[in-house]
Amino acid sequence: MSAPLDPSTPSAPVTPPAPLVSIRHLAKSYQRGAQIVPVLSDISLDIAAGDFIALMGPSGSGKSTLLNLIAGIDRPDSGELLVGGVDISELPEASLADWRAAHVGFIFQFYNLMPVLTAYENVELPLMLTRLSRAERRERVEMVLGMVGLADRMDHYPTELSGGQQQRVAIARALITDPTLIVADEPTGDLDRNSATDILAMLQRLNTDLGKTIIMVTHDAHAAEAAKSLVHLEKGELLQGEQRGREA
Amino acid sequence: MVIPLHYIARNVWARRLTTALTAGGLALVVFVFATMLMLDAGLKQTLVTTGERDNVVVIRKGAETEIQSAISRDQAAALEMYPSIAMTPEGRPMASREAVVLISLTKTGYTTPSNVVIRGVSPLGVSLRPQVRLTEGRVFKPGSSEIIVGSSLAKGYGNVRIGDHLRFAQRDWTVVGHFDAGGSGFDSEIWGDVDQLMQSFRRTSYSSMVLRLANTDAFDKFRTDIDVDPRLANEAKREQQFYSDQSKALSAFINILGLTLTTIFSVAAMIGAMITMYASVANRVGEIGTLRALGFQRTNVLMAFLIEAVLLGLVGGIAGLLCASLMQFASFSTTNFQTFADLSFRFLLTPAIIVKTLLFSMAMGLIGGFLPALRASRLNIVDALRAR
Amino acid sequence: MFLPKLIARNAMRHKLRTALTVLGLVIAVLAYGLLQTVVDAWYAGASAASNARLVTRNAISLTFALPLNYEYRIKGVDGVTQVARSNWFGGVYRDPKNFFAQFAVSDNYLDLYPEFIVPPEQRADYQRDRRGALVGRQLADLYGFKIGDVIPIKGTIYAGTWDFVVRGIMDGRDESTITRQMVFHWDYLNETVRKKNPRQADQVGVFILGVDNPDNAAAISRAVDNVFKNSLAETLTETEQAFQLGFVAMSNQIIAAIRVVSYVVIVIVMAVMANAMAMSARERITEYATLKALGFGPGFLSLLVFGESMIISAFGGALGMLLTPPAARFFKQAVGGVFPVFTVSHETMAMQAGCALVVGVAAAIVPAVQAARVRIVEGLRAIG
Repeated sequence: MSAPLDPSTPSAPVTPPAPLVSIRHLAKSYQRGAQIVPVLSDISLDIAAGDFIALMGPSGSGKSTLLNLIAGIDRPDSGELLVGGVDISELPEASLADWRAAHVGFIFQFYNLMPVLTAYENVELPLMLTRLSRAERRERVEMVLGMVGLADRMDHYPTELSGGQQQRVAIARALITDPTLIVADEPTGDLDRNSATDILAMLQRLNTDLGKTIIMVTHDAHAAEAAKSLVHLEKGELLQGEQRGREA
Repeated sequence: MVIPLHYIARNVWARRLTTALTAGGLALVVFVFATMLMLDAGLKQTLVTTGERDNVVVIRKGAETEIQSAISRDQAAALEMYPSIAMTPEGRPMASREAVVLISLTKTGYTTPSNVVIRGVSPLGVSLRPQVRLTEGRVFKPGSSEIIVGSSLAKGYGNVRIGDHLRFAQRDWTVVGHFDAGGSGFDSEIWGDVDQLMQSFRRTSYSSMVLRLANTDAFDKFRTDIDVDPRLANEAKREQQFYSDQSKALSAFINILGLTLTTIFSVAAMIGAMITMYASVANRVGEIGTLRALGFQRTNVLMAFLIEAVLLGLVGGIAGLLCASLMQFASFSTTNFQTFADLSFRFLLTPAIIVKTLLFSMAMGLIGGFLPALRASRLNIVDALRAR
Repeated sequence: MFLPKLIARNAMRHKLRTALTVLGLVIAVLAYGLLQTVVDAWYAGASAASNARLVTRNAISLTFALPLNYEYRIKGVDGVTQVARSNWFGGVYRDPKNFFAQFAVSDNYLDLYPEFIVPPEQRADYQRDRRGALVGRQLADLYGFKIGDVIPIKGTIYAGTWDFVVRGIMDGRDESTITRQMVFHWDYLNETVRKKNPRQADQVGVFILGVDNPDNAAAISRAVDNVFKNSLAETLTETEQAFQLGFVAMSNQIIAAIRVVSYVVIVIVMAVMANAMAMSARERITEYATLKALGFGPGFLSLLVFGESMIISAFGGALGMLLTPPAARFFKQAVGGVFPVFTVSHETMAMQAGCALVVGVAAAIVPAVQAARVRIVEGLRAIG
């Protein structure tokens, strides 16, 4: 981590960089019919910038809910949720949408591509929220599709692509706005072994080469191995002392 | 329109069958709507274009139509002498004494007869209406039992070809010509010599007089002069105004009928659009969730579905309009309630009607699609993403 | 039984969609019913007309009158029991919008029209007053005419302003009798006209003939016309019903258009319902496949689809039929007497039911066939 203390050099105080995501005492419940079901209770967690963290836990543990909260597509009932220094739980809805557009890239288990749009158009979609010209958009889309290795399939529709290819299009879409945070909910859940491996390798490269912070929910241990940090959730609570770091 | 148009349009195309059925329902309503508008436009054109601006029609006071009116020979002579009346180069007043009667003729393909207008005109009568042009044969000779037939009659009735004889008022009348009056009311009339016709029908008074004003501004003075003239019990109207007034009841009837029918039908079609749009939203809940996650606002989603609904309306509108435009080849004839005479007119498609119709169909789509679009915009992101 | 329960529950799954479809059906069935009733109302005059009365008019057209002296010659024709005179007055009461029929009639006119009921003392008063008038019950109700009121009418055919005194109210014998009209003395008309415009006097619009045997109507009509053949004013004699039908025929294109349009609305709702059924069927492919896997046959699945469609159309159709009579009453009042008679016929209601049936069947055909043909494996794999 840090260099060993040298008695001969005057030491400057080293403050660790502020975490990208800072969560304090987060709680969330849902209403199912007449019942109120608690999903998350008193979650506190820090996620450093540049980390690749896997949220694991059995079904119903609240891991997806936590992901949704961090990504800004759901609101906590109580607690503090700072992302990049901004308390997103306080943002009004319209601002939250703008915030997501600028800071979050999404990768879903079932890719969530628009079936009536080509790969190119799917990747271009988030840019429609910006003021870029058509030429500028084209430049970025082609670059990002090149990065995921699908430059030659730009004009294909999702139905004409394999599962692995569709997920790569989704990754390209997640990258296109150069977001602060990439959230992935079971990204390999619908892929065969080989495609899954490819996708996980790609996510790793995004993390190490581009410095993207990635938060991934998975129940697959193989997928979790690709991540740097690991957090376990069970019945809405973080299991104690489980934030395992790993060497880069 | 942040959400791209091609996304919206392609979704309409992707659900082709549903789009076709819904647009089909809308198209039918549009067809009825456009046809009614075209019918009214055709009626107005027929009547408004009937007559000349500088011609004045004089009838008896209190009579609304020529059929009800009577003008004696003395009154006719007095009217011709008015200074406001234009003169021919030979020095004769440009006036036509006219007698209008109705006879029964049977249309081709019908068993019950219709009332057809026979108009006796003076020698100048034809030239007073420059819009009337001879298309076949020649004008009747003054003093003869010859008649000429308007183009609508020539088309709709089989027994009025050149050389045919019509028998009425105890005489045989020979058709010697056909004329075209530019789609005006005269196309539904038969013209002949006024004195011969009056003799045959044993009438002693004319129905009306048509006079050409020397100066178009002289009309108001002419009208008041006639009003106070003790010899006359007549009133005057500009020829175009006269004929336009005679269609008011028919025009109002067509408009009210059309409006009522269209309103009822449009509700049914809008229900169809609503059902379709609700299903469209329901099928794409996952996509809506994704769009919102990506950062599109609720209003963006609302707009996208509203535009989809409007597109649906537009497709229906174009289809209905295309079918309605085919009606231009048909003609419509009915008895004008006010004059009791059979009147033929066409379906007229104007640019204004095209615009009105398309706006109407898009509005139907919009109204039908509003609640579903609202629902789409109000979806909860997490629930929507989970729903797929 | 399982099938009806399943059908009913399926129909209620998508409450909003089912409700909208039912609403569409109600509107269509209602509109159809009203439009057909409009057509019937147009013919109302003809259906109220009698086959035992004949109408003699000028053969050239109705706009020509017949000489008064024809009357005694018509009376002389074998089979004619009575001859009455009737002239269409066509005047304006205050405003051209207040349109109603006025006839100048001979004193024996009412004898030929037993369907008009006038109390004897009112009839006697009418007889005594040469300016007297009898107004129909509907007309009296519409304008509040009471016995003794003076009605001023501006003449259009017969110039001048004419004042008539209400001496009696005519009631109709049955609902189809048209009581939205007024009659007055023909003699009064003739005397007045003779003073102002002698050439217009002694002219009769039409003669109404009573006959001894309605079966001889055709022969008697020919006989009457023969009397006046080759004379100055040839006549055309026909039954009153044929006469009234002649009027209707003048608007025959409009009537045809209205008839066509009444079916257009049914087609519209057919498209709406076919769409709804197709969508429902598409969404349930997996369920149909499951049912098939469980052992239910294609016939069962078709019945499922047809059943749902028929329930919805039956409900919507019934509701539409129920609403039609009150809607017709409202329409009649709103239109203000253009149609003196406006009742929904049994035939129309039968046709409404028939249309609902056809819509229900037609909307279900394609989805039913598709449901029956579902392949189990593909259906189970499909994402709904």
